[in-house]
Amino acid sequence: MEYILIIISAVLVNNVVLVQFLGICPFLGVSGKIDTSLGMGAAVIFVMSLANLVTYLIQAFVLTPLHIEFMQTITFIFVIAFLVQVVEIILKKTAPSLYQALGIYLPLITTNCAVLGTAILAIQKDLNLVMSVVYAASIAIGFTLALTLMAGIREQLALAETPKGMKGFPLSLITAGLLSLAFMGFAGIVK
Amino acid sequence: MGNLKFLTNGLIRENPSFVLVLGTCPALAVTTSGINGLGMGVATTFVLLCSNTIISLLKNLIPDKVRIAAFIVVIATFVTIVDLVMKAYTPDLYKALGIFIPLIVVNCIILGRAEAFAQKNSVWPALLDGLGMGLGFTLALTIMGSIREILGNGSIFNIRLLNESASTILLFVLPPGAFVTYGLLIAIMNKIKTKLNL
Repeated sequence: MEYILIIISAVLVNNVVLVQFLGICPFLGVSGKIDTSLGMGAAVIFVMSLANLVTYLIQAFVLTPLHIEFMQTITFIFVIAFLVQVVEIILKKTAPSLYQALGIYLPLITTNCAVLGTAILAIQKDLNLVMSVVYAASIAIGFTLALTLMAGIREQLALAETPKGMKGFPLSLITAGLLSLAFMGFAGIVK
Repeated sequence: MGNLKFLTNGLIRENPSFVLVLGTCPALAVTTSGINGLGMGVATTFVLLCSNTIISLLKNLIPDKVRIAAFIVVIATFVTIVDLVMKAYTPDLYKALGIFIPLIVVNCIILGRAEAFAQKNSVWPALLDGLGMGLGFTLALTIMGSIREILGNGSIFNIRLLNESASTILLFVLPPGAFVTYGLLIAIMNKIKTKLNL
């Protein structure tokens, strides 16, 4: 039951992009087409779950026993950057077709603040190892959901005539605002 | 005098929030009130100023291949300093900004300026560029925070403009309001830029 609550809360109620404002850059940058946003989403789900697994272990077995919790930010950002590189190299060797599909999105993930944010939030929430990974995967699914919805809308909007000043970012942001308004409807399902 | 343009560049012509549209996450997340926006802006300005200066000083020592990693170490160091200082001296603001203080590390403005400016220029212009960009970001966040606070809460910098019982547009302090305000501000900025031919 607890796991179901974590999943619903992370995917819908506290959607990472539309409610918590993490990972806005890729949300605005890669949401032009549905295909690319699904690719990006898959890469984020993979890296984020892995990142939370590793950062949890580092926090529990290195930072806390040594009382150097203030090194959290530096350590985590390095672990994530390192992981992204490793995943990229491993995929390239072992699963070239998957690498072809995710390839270009992988390096972009290092700068996705949702990955670092989720790792830190999971520590702050005092989740255990399994929960932390489930939490990360749900957050990433929420990210993919928002990204894909946005891409679907933007594919249609590309055909619409808009005032010159509103083209590009302003229109995307206001669309995101409307999406966010819709997601507010989920508030109250889970605390 | 010639150096002054590095300072003013970030304020309007290349404002990181309204023109370059970088660092969008904190710009949307923490601007629920003017004071939060200002606090986030000042914290980011400090990190940007210090990282730009240090990276410009170290530019000949850092090997090109590992430069991004080296930049991140420098940035993360200053973010940790800000994090500890704010925790000690401004606990309320620290609580309000929450997760977004450690996330200054991944603010693309900072890494962007290190890569695009600091590593190619000498200390003085790099310092001014960092300060200018930081002030531009602070200005943008404060404006956004103030607008949202006035419309959503009926106050500015915690000074009440309307009495407690007045009905305000609560939507503006909620997440959708952030997106809409930011979108409209960029649109207005675009309009001003085309009018003035900047």
